[in-house]
Amino acid sequence: MSHFLDRLNFFKKVTDTFSGNHGMVTNEDRGWEDAYRARWQHDKIVRSTHGVNCTGSCSWKIYVKNGLVTWETQQTDYPRTRDELPNHEPRGCPRGASYSWYLYSANRVKYPMVRGRLMKLWRAALAEHQDPVTAWASIVEDPVKSAEYKSKRGLGGFVRATWQEVNPLIAAANVYTAKQYGPDRIYGFSPIPAMSMVSYAAGSRYLSLIGGACGSFYDWYCDLPPASPMVWGEQTDVPESADWYNSTFLMMWGSNVPQTRTPDAHFMTEVRYRGTKTVVVCPDYSEASKFADIWLHPKQGTDAAVAMAMGHVILREFYLDGRSDYFTDYVRTKTDFPMLVLLDPGKDGAYVNSRFLHAADLADNAGHINNPEWKTLAFDEKSGHLIVPNGSIGFRWGEKEGMIGKWNLEAKEALTGAETQLRLSVSEIRDTVVPVAFPYFGATQHPYFACTHHDPIQIRQVPVKKVRLANNTEALVATVYDLTLAQYGLDRGLGGDNVARTYDDDVPYTPAWQEKITGVPRAQIIAVARQFAENADKTHGKSMVIIGAAMNHWYHMDMNYRGVINMLMMCGCVGQSGGGWSHYVGQEKLRPQTGWTALAFALDWHRPPRHMNSTSFWYIHSSQWRHEKLSMSEILSPLVDPQQWQGTQIDYNVRAARMGWLPTAPHFDVNPLHVAKAAEAAGQAPTAYLVDNLKAGNIDFAFADPDNPVNFPRNLFVWRSNLLGSSGKGHEYFLKYLLGTTHGVQGKDLGEQGGEKPLEVKWRPGAEGKLDLLVTLDFRMSTTCMYSDIVLPTATWYEKNDLNTSDMHPFIHPLSAAVDPAWEARTDWDIFKEIARTFSEVCVGHLGIEQDVIALPTLHDTPNELAMPDVRDWKKGECELIPGKTAPNLVVVERDYPNTYKKFTSVGPLLEKMGNGGKGIGWKTEHEVEALGSLNGTVREAGISQGRPRIETDIDAAEMVMMLAPETNGHVAVKAWAALSRITGRDHSHLALPKEHEKIRFRDIQAQPRKIISSPTWSGLEDEKVSYNAGYTNVHELIPWRTVTGRQQFYQDHPWMLGFGEALCAYRPPVDMKTVAPIIGKKPNGHQEIVLNFITPHQKWGIHSTYTDNLLMLTLSRGGPIIWISEKDAQKAGIEDNDWIEAYNLNGAIAARAVVSQRVPEGMSLMYHAQEKIVNTPGSEITGTRGGIHNSVTRTILKPTHMIGSYAQQSYGFNYYGTVGANRDEFIVVRKMDRIDWLDDEQTVATETTDH
Amino acid sequence: MNYLDVLLFGVYPYVAATVFLLGSLARFERDQFTWKAHSSQILHKKNMRLASNLFHVGIILLFLGHFFGMLTPPEILHALGISASAKQLLAVVAGSIFGLMCFAGLTMLVRRRLTEPRIRATSSRMDIVILLLLYVQLILGLLTVPLSLMHLDGHNMLNLMSWARNVVTFDPMEAVAAVGDIGFLFKLHMVLGMSIFLVFPFSRLVHIWSAPVTYPARPYQIVRQR
Repeated sequence: MSHFLDRLNFFKKVTDTFSGNHGMVTNEDRGWEDAYRARWQHDKIVRSTHGVNCTGSCSWKIYVKNGLVTWETQQTDYPRTRDELPNHEPRGCPRGASYSWYLYSANRVKYPMVRGRLMKLWRAALAEHQDPVTAWASIVEDPVKSAEYKSKRGLGGFVRATWQEVNPLIAAANVYTAKQYGPDRIYGFSPIPAMSMVSYAAGSRYLSLIGGACGSFYDWYCDLPPASPMVWGEQTDVPESADWYNSTFLMMWGSNVPQTRTPDAHFMTEVRYRGTKTVVVCPDYSEASKFADIWLHPKQGTDAAVAMAMGHVILREFYLDGRSDYFTDYVRTKTDFPMLVLLDPGKDGAYVNSRFLHAADLADNAGHINNPEWKTLAFDEKSGHLIVPNGSIGFRWGEKEGMIGKWNLEAKEALTGAETQLRLSVSEIRDTVVPVAFPYFGATQHPYFACTHHDPIQIRQVPVKKVRLANNTEALVATVYDLTLAQYGLDRGLGGDNVARTYDDDVPYTPAWQEKITGVPRAQIIAVARQFAENADKTHGKSMVIIGAAMNHWYHMDMNYRGVINMLMMCGCVGQSGGGWSHYVGQEKLRPQTGWTALAFALDWHRPPRHMNSTSFWYIHSSQWRHEKLSMSEILSPLVDPQQWQGTQIDYNVRAARMGWLPTAPHFDVNPLHVAKAAEAAGQAPTAYLVDNLKAGNIDFAFADPDNPVNFPRNLFVWRSNLLGSSGKGHEYFLKYLLGTTHGVQGKDLGEQGGEKPLEVKWRPGAEGKLDLLVTLDFRMSTTCMYSDIVLPTATWYEKNDLNTSDMHPFIHPLSAAVDPAWEARTDWDIFKEIARTFSEVCVGHLGIEQDVIALPTLHDTPNELAMPDVRDWKKGECELIPGKTAPNLVVVERDYPNTYKKFTSVGPLLEKMGNGGKGIGWKTEHEVEALGSLNGTVREAGISQGRPRIETDIDAAEMVMMLAPETNGHVAVKAWAALSRITGRDHSHLALPKEHEKIRFRDIQAQPRKIISSPTWSGLEDEKVSYNAGYTNVHELIPWRTVTGRQQFYQDHPWMLGFGEALCAYRPPVDMKTVAPIIGKKPNGHQEIVLNFITPHQKWGIHSTYTDNLLMLTLSRGGPIIWISEKDAQKAGIEDNDWIEAYNLNGAIAARAVVSQRVPEGMSLMYHAQEKIVNTPGSEITGTRGGIHNSVTRTILKPTHMIGSYAQQSYGFNYYGTVGANRDEFIVVRKMDRIDWLDDEQTVATETTDH
Repeated sequence: MNYLDVLLFGVYPYVAATVFLLGSLARFERDQFTWKAHSSQILHKKNMRLASNLFHVGIILLFLGHFFGMLTPPEILHALGISASAKQLLAVVAGSIFGLMCFAGLTMLVRRRLTEPRIRATSSRMDIVILLLLYVQLILGLLTVPLSLMHLDGHNMLNLMSWARNVVTFDPMEAVAAVGDIGFLFKLHMVLGMSIFLVFPFSRLVHIWSAPVTYPARPYQIVRQR
């Protein structure tokens, strides 16, 4: 009743005693205990997750108390797995559990914020000009005014604004840019839709409606392994983590499973109790290394040498000296091993391997009318004939009745249907044995990597067969298998040099050879390779390699990956439960993809959308090409004539864009909205007009003149991303050229230092401050926000409704609004919806119904992927300019700008008219659109959207995704499998029929995560018999891989692959970035300088669950940026643990604390990526400005082989193929800092460095 | 007998006492979780044990000295044969010793609270106010020592005792009469002392009410049966 009155019974307090007066019984008040009970009481629990590109994709309980989110705990209600398989939970790690800190932290963006100087200019301009578009023009067209706010980016100075004020500003900038320069100058960057699909779609739908370009991310993050599309024609498809439990030999190769795949690691630790062997390949003593039965630690960046040596052992013991029936059968039917390759005469009597032999080479096209140049051949053991087997990509497109349904992996001759058994080697039926020249790169000198002294051209003997061609000449052919054996340096008794009889021979690719390069003892290589293969032989493929960014972020990542994939293919592991290639990086698997693309890219209103590969985009527009030091002649095959392979990286990119291989943004040096009018004036169709003017040189590609102001990207939206704090490789170049603000670039450009200038690109003085407006949406004040002109406060992951999937588990589950967005925040969906509304109002009088010309590259999984069987450049007069064939397709799209908002908020009519689909499979979808109308309601207001299904809210949008996608709608799944069945000639619909009537709605997944339905747009199955495993349907349903041969390819026969020496997998040492030598010792501070390789792995205390500015995580680590170095290197440089050190090179500088640890091998440094520079970061002694992020010392470099297009699997796809942002070949100078300047003083205004 | 004396020494004691008692009661009833000493020892340990003990020992003994010194009836002293001047000498000597102890401790604590960043950042305004009040009050008290040494006859002391006893026996007019010729420094010390009682319930001083004196004798196990 009363605390005080209770205390008054002082003398009667003790009512009893016990245990000899050691205990007492009282009548005291116990009300205080309620405080402890109330601590864990809450008003409700809401299911949500963390949309942070984390493959964990864990479902969480979000606790709400008194209207505030208080904490989160793991959900434990995942649907079960199968018998004998552990369940998924618990899922969730401490990083995820710390997320709720953000909601009410000081770092939360609470109001729309605008750069103060821009705000002043904008208000003044609006007062002067009534019309917002004119007002915006008056600012950006005035060089003094625009420099005033651009030069202050990143230096603070935000003021609070209202939505009513910022939306017209943004809309006006967009309208002005579209009208003046073209909508393709408006760029959107947002990554990883799978982490919050609707939020991604909000921005991309807006941009796609107005004609803006959406930038890719998977390739830019360098998470895309180009080896995957090369070998399989598949972006990335991997087993779910539960499938690790089916494995009996598990390798973790450059993947730190317990640290970076925390919620899934239990499947790995559990299966070890079943006897599974675990092998870890990792240069540092990582957390994964602790779980290893065998730990191999090769020198970083030399993994391909390890893989090649293991491949050598496997081929020797299971193909030449020994034999596995399982392997032989697998590679015969599932890989290109039996396919025939032409050998061309080369120098000095040696031959060189060329492209695949195809039907068009033979008389009468070997009987094939359709795509004979895309049908590969092999020898049949049964008939003894040279035959065209089923399955190559030529059968996929354009077949007429009677030949439809041959695109499958049945062991049949295509024309007759006769049973076949393809011959692996022509050795037994050979006509002769010839010397063939193979490129060898391991002799390349590098200042910090070991090389061997073998001949760069390795001549080896290969058995060949003679084939008579259509022109009546005789050609030599060998199988891929024969070439592979030669490439791996195996002595088959054919004589000649450069082949090894024993593992101890010092010949490229033996276990002995790799010791010098990798430092791994040969005995370990032999033991692991043997056990790996032995296990796969006995279990039919249950050897698995878990692999990750550590190997993929090197310039020659293809070699690292193909080396490993080759091992898996040789041992028949791909597509087998418990086996295969498990590449885990970010949250790449957008399971309901085909439902989502319609929403995200507004395919219901306009087709095609504008897509751009971001790596090339940033490389070009942040002018990194102006500082290029890696010459393409350094990486050419020694077998080609360098004179015929001239040009720099940007030259190759311009050529690729010109030939329609890669996309462009902006497209041309003219406004694409003006083309149609100009064409009309010239009396031509827009396409013909463009073709004529491109040929005449009146119009050129924007990339050929990036410093011309008409070719600048003008507006940039960044949402769900920390572009400038995390993924921006060449951070300081972004600051200097794209933003035009304070930066730390130390190097000189090619003009100043007289380097190799591009041939295809006009050289001008470097333009700075290209972007007029940078708008970032975020809930926290990230580094990117600090550099933006406008920051919009967005909802956190506990304040919005959205969808989330991962490659690690088969569930789709939601983000849900546990509370409304705090302060002035709005969901991404609402933000872009309102921008669309304002745009529709502001554009009136400036933009109406406009014809927009889109330059579309030839795309993978469309008939156009067969556009260029050989490389021809129209600009060099090698062929005609034919859009869609020898150049980008030119498509006119009609935009109705004032109706942008109405289109944004309703489902357009193209879904009924043109159907839906993906990955080359199409189906009709009227029923689903109709069902969506009855679910979401239809638009009643008059206008173009009247009667269409509504998409007002984020939940409406989520329902659209789930209604249209086969993974969440059984009827669509059955339709999709039926559509695929028509092309393969095999009935696959049994895979979806049991779930035909299943439909997953948003409320269903809020109740419990749901397992997706198997769909033909993925290569694995989710059912009662198997775990999801990549390539499973290819192996078990005989669906071809989407490659030239229809099989998994050891061999890549595009002329550029041959030119750069990567037709077959090889070891290629890291490239020399040349960013250290010109600066080391030039700016001494009295401390010893050492040079280290710069490695940027996944965080332990940050991103991939939360970011690095989270106070809880900062408390667990060192409270700011850190770089790990080895004890030996620390000793050399006089650095002690926790000292402030500086890491720098020509690209820029980082100030961080040193973590000195025996974990790290000598010569290497580790800096977890995405450590913000907004927390505990002092000034740099080198740059005079604040120390940078990890990407301040890196830069983007492009590899021409990733630009290949119009060539089956090597065709462009958004996030599917294209240039990637590799950054691990970089070296840094490290030294102890002398003076720690926090730059907090008003006087120490950062100044530009003067000596560049 | 001026009006100000009546207000400060006849009325104010009852106002201060009322706020002190009712305020403490209200806070005890309403804000149980704020009823604590709010120790900051965990944040900064250096010299804390010395400073805190000097302060606490000093101030507790000063308090007891004041309490018994002011309220013990002169008849009892007389019966015990302690003369007024002897008692005053005792008070001056004991007060000086414990006053200087307390002063040393409090000086360290004030310095700590104001200059240590962690302590300063976690201090409420009242934490600083109450500490400074105590410090000023202690200094005033110490300043009265030289004055007392000039009048060793004990007359001044008897007046103060008379005031205190009349206040607690609810005879305010007599009490006011007793302070008629008391020095200004003493009056300032008295007013500030009453003011400390006034703000007591709103400060961390409330922990004095709940000093865990019986804790060492408590049985190991307690069963609260309600």
